Amino acid sequence: MPEKKYWKWKEIENHASIDDLPPVPLSLPNYGSMGATGDWRTFCPVINKAKCNQCYFCWMYCPEAVIEIDEEGYPEIDLEYCKGCLICVHECPKKAIEQVREEKEQVESE
Amino acid sequence: MVNLRDLVKDPVAGEEYFLKGNSSCAGCGGEVAFRWIMKALGKRTIVVAPASCFNVTIGLYPRAGPTIPYLNMAFAAGAAACSGIVAGLAARKKLDPSLEDINVLCFAGDGGTIDIGIQGLSGAAERETDFIYICYDNEAYMNTGTQRSGGTPFGAWTTTTPTGKKQHKKNVPMIMAAHGIPYVATASTGYPLDLYKKVLKAKSIKGTKYIHVLAPCAPGWRFPTELSIEVGRKAVQTGMWVLYEIDHGEMALTGPSKYLIKKESRKPIEEYLNLQGRYKNVTPEDIKILQEWIDKQWSDLKNWIATQVS
Amino acid sequence: MTSQKAELKAAARIISGNEACAWGARYARVQVISAYPITPQTTIVERLSDFVESGEMDAEYIRVESEHSVMASLIGASYNGVRTYSATSGQGLAYMHEMLHWAAGSRLPIVMGVAMRGMAPPWNIWADNQDVMAARDTGWMIFFAATHQEVFDTTIQMYKICENTNVFLPAFVCLEGFVMSHTEMPVYMPDQELVDDFLPEIPKNGWPHFFLDPDRPITHGNLQNPGGPAISPDCWYYEYRYLIQKAMENAKQVIIDVAEEFKKKFGFYHGDLIEKYRCDDTEVALVSIGSLADQAKVAVDIMRESGYKVGAVKLRCYKPFPTEQFQELANRIRVFPVMERSMAFGLTGGIASVDLKAVLNQHPNHPFILPVIAGVGGRDVRVEDQIEVLKAAVEMAETNEIKTNVILSGMHQKEEC
Repeated sequence: MPEKKYWKWKEIENHASIDDLPPVPLSLPNYGSMGATGDWRTFCPVINKAKCNQCYFCWMYCPEAVIEIDEEGYPEIDLEYCKGCLICVHECPKKAIEQVREEKEQVESE
Repeated sequence: MVNLRDLVKDPVAGEEYFLKGNSSCAGCGGEVAFRWIMKALGKRTIVVAPASCFNVTIGLYPRAGPTIPYLNMAFAAGAAACSGIVAGLAARKKLDPSLEDINVLCFAGDGGTIDIGIQGLSGAAERETDFIYICYDNEAYMNTGTQRSGGTPFGAWTTTTPTGKKQHKKNVPMIMAAHGIPYVATASTGYPLDLYKKVLKAKSIKGTKYIHVLAPCAPGWRFPTELSIEVGRKAVQTGMWVLYEIDHGEMALTGPSKYLIKKESRKPIEEYLNLQGRYKNVTPEDIKILQEWIDKQWSDLKNWIATQVS
Repeated sequence: MTSQKAELKAAARIISGNEACAWGARYARVQVISAYPITPQTTIVERLSDFVESGEMDAEYIRVESEHSVMASLIGASYNGVRTYSATSGQGLAYMHEMLHWAAGSRLPIVMGVAMRGMAPPWNIWADNQDVMAARDTGWMIFFAATHQEVFDTTIQMYKICENTNVFLPAFVCLEGFVMSHTEMPVYMPDQELVDDFLPEIPKNGWPHFFLDPDRPITHGNLQNPGGPAISPDCWYYEYRYLIQKAMENAKQVIIDVAEEFKKKFGFYHGDLIEKYRCDDTEVALVSIGSLADQAKVAVDIMRESGYKVGAVKLRCYKPFPTEQFQELANRIRVFPVMERSMAFGLTGGIASVDLKAVLNQHPNHPFILPVIAGVGGRDVRVEDQIEVLKAAVEMAETNEIKTNVILSGMHQKEEC
C-alpha cells in the first residue's frame, strides 16, 4: 500500500539533547502511531473472496480503517495494524469473513 | 441516499483522517464515530479535543494518528477554545482574504460535555460561535477507567456506582435545543452513515451545531469487541437511544427511529441490556424504571412532533 | 525638551490606569480580545468594546462566560498566530489558573492586564498583590506598573518582548486595583505609525512554532511518558518544560534591550527589570511594587532632606526575577526593606521578600532583607509609613541589630516580632 507523504517539520524524531528541541512538542501524522498494532490480535479476520459480494459494510464499520479496497474491488485487511476486534467478522452479511486463531505463521504469510 | 460504493471512491469520504495503528482500543466506538465525522468534514478541519479518550488514542509523541490539525485541550476548555480559534481565523482572514474556510470541530467525550464542559458549551452556543460540537458518548469517564458521568444511564455499573447508577442520564441534546441553535442531532455508531449525513448537513449550516453520538465502549460496557456496532444498533432498535435531528427548530426522527414511535415496534430493552456486562446485576425493578424513562422520552418526542407546525 | 516630546505633551490624555491598558492594546493592534468583567478591571473591557464597536479598533471581541473561558479562547485564538489581549483580576485570575499553565506551556505570546485585587473571602476589590503572586510559577512573565504612563508603555513593549523568537512566553501587566485602575493621570501617546514600526509584524500563517494550517497538520499535546535518556528516546516532558525556564532567561536581555529601544524611540523609560532611585551612595534601599514604588521616591527625598542616605528600587519585572540586578545592588546595599501587598503564608513576610531572600542567600555580603507587609486589601500606605520603614532599616544598618523579622505596616494591632 502506498504510504502517504505527510509534512515533516524539522527532524523531530532525532532529538539528541534539549538544544535540538523546538519550543513546543508537536506530533506529525504517522501510520502506526502506537507501533505495529497487529500484534494485539488473538484472532485474525480472513476474507473469503468467493463469498464476498463487495457490499463494503466491513469497510464502513472498521474502526481502525485497516480495510482498503483493492483493484478488483475486494476489501483487503492490513494485518500489520488490524487489532482483531472482529467487528467485520460479526457484521459481514454474507459471513464471508472468518476468524482464525492467531498463529505466528499467519501474520508472516500475509 | 448514500451509496457505499460511491463513498469508497469519493475524494473526501474515501480518505482516512485518523491513521491506523493508533492507541485506541480494538473496536472503539469513538473511533468509528471520529472516522465518519472526518469523512464528512474533510481535510480543512481543525479539531479541538478536550481531555477524553481521544487525547490518548491519538498515539504517543512524536507520532500522531490525526491527519488534520488536532489540538488536545484542557478538560473544561473545549468549546471556549473553539470560540477562540474561530475568532483567530476571522482575524487571519481580514489580513489574508484568500484564506479558505476551515471547519472547527470540538470532539469531546461525555464527561467533557455533560459535566465539566457544559458551561463552556452553553456559553459558546449563546455566543452563536460558528463551529460544530460533537459529543461522543461512551456513558462514563472511560479514559480514567469507567467512572460514572452525567451521561451514565440508570442502573449501569461503573467504578463509582458499583451497585448501579441511581440517577438518569442527563439529556444534553434537549438542553442544546433549548439554546435555540440552528442544528441539534443525535446519532449512533451502529448507524455510521446516518452520522455521516448529519455531519454533512451540520457543515452546511452557520452557527453552533451540536451532535450527540452514542459510542459503545467494549472494555467499559463489558462486551466482546465484535459486538461494538451491534450494541450501537440495539440501543436504537430498543428505543433506548433515539435518532433525531432538530433543524432550525423542526424535529424529525431519522433512521430506524422513524418507525419506532409505537411501543410495540421497539425491541424489548433486555435485548440491549443483556449484551453488556455493566447491566449484569440489574433487577426487574430497575428495568421497569428504565423502561418508564424510555417511554417518557418517546412520548415527549411524539408530542413535539405532533404539535409542531410543519 | 525635544520636539517630539513637545508634540507628545500636546497629545496627552488624562485617563485611568484601566483606560491606559485599553489604549495600549489598541496601539498594539491586538486582533482578538476576550472579555469577562470583574471589579476593578471592568472598565478595561468596556473601553475596548467601545473601541471595537465604534470601528476605531479592528479586533474580534469574544464575550465569554467565565475567566476560564477567557484564557481558553485566547489560547485558541493565539494558536492561529494572532495578537491577543485580555484583562482580569483576583478571583478571575485564580479561576483561570489551570489555563495559565496551558498558555505558558504552549509558548503563546498572550498579554493580560491584571488590575490586582484581594483574594476572597471576605470580598475585597481593592489593591493587593496576592492574586498575581499565586500565578508566579506558571511560566508567565510578570510586570508591575507604577504610573499610568508605565501601564500604557509596558503594554506596548510587552508584545515586542513576548513575540521575540527566543522568548514566546505570555505576560501579565499588573496595576493595583482602584489605586491605579480608577485614578487618572496624563498619558502621552505617540503616533500609531511609530508603534507599528516598533512592534514586530504579525505573522501571516501562524507563529514559527505553532500554526493551524490544514496543509501542515500537527497534533499538539500528546501524552509524554516520564522517559529519560537511558529509557526512552521519545519522552521529552522534562526538557520541554525546562525550555520555559530557558525562555525566561533569554527574556531578561530582551526586556533590557526593548526598554532601551523604547526610550530612544518614544522618550519614556521606566527601568528595565528594576528601576533604581538614588541607590548609588547608600546602604539602605526600599524595594517596592507598583504605585508604592513611585511613592517611595517621595519618601526617599524627604529622608534625604533630613540627612538620611536611602534609596528606592522599583521591582518592575517580577518574572524573570532581576537576580543579577539585585546581586549587583547587594554589593553595597546592606538592608533591603521589601514593601508589598501580599503574604507568604507559612513563611515570614510578603512573597517578593521570600524570593529576594532566596536570590541573595549566597551573596558574600549577606544583606538583610526586611519584609514589610503593607496595604493589604487596598489599605492606604502613606508616605509616613514608608519613612517609618526606612528609618527602621537605617537603624538596623547602623546598629547591626535585627530588631524585627517582619514589619506589619498599617495593621490594627502590631505584634512584637
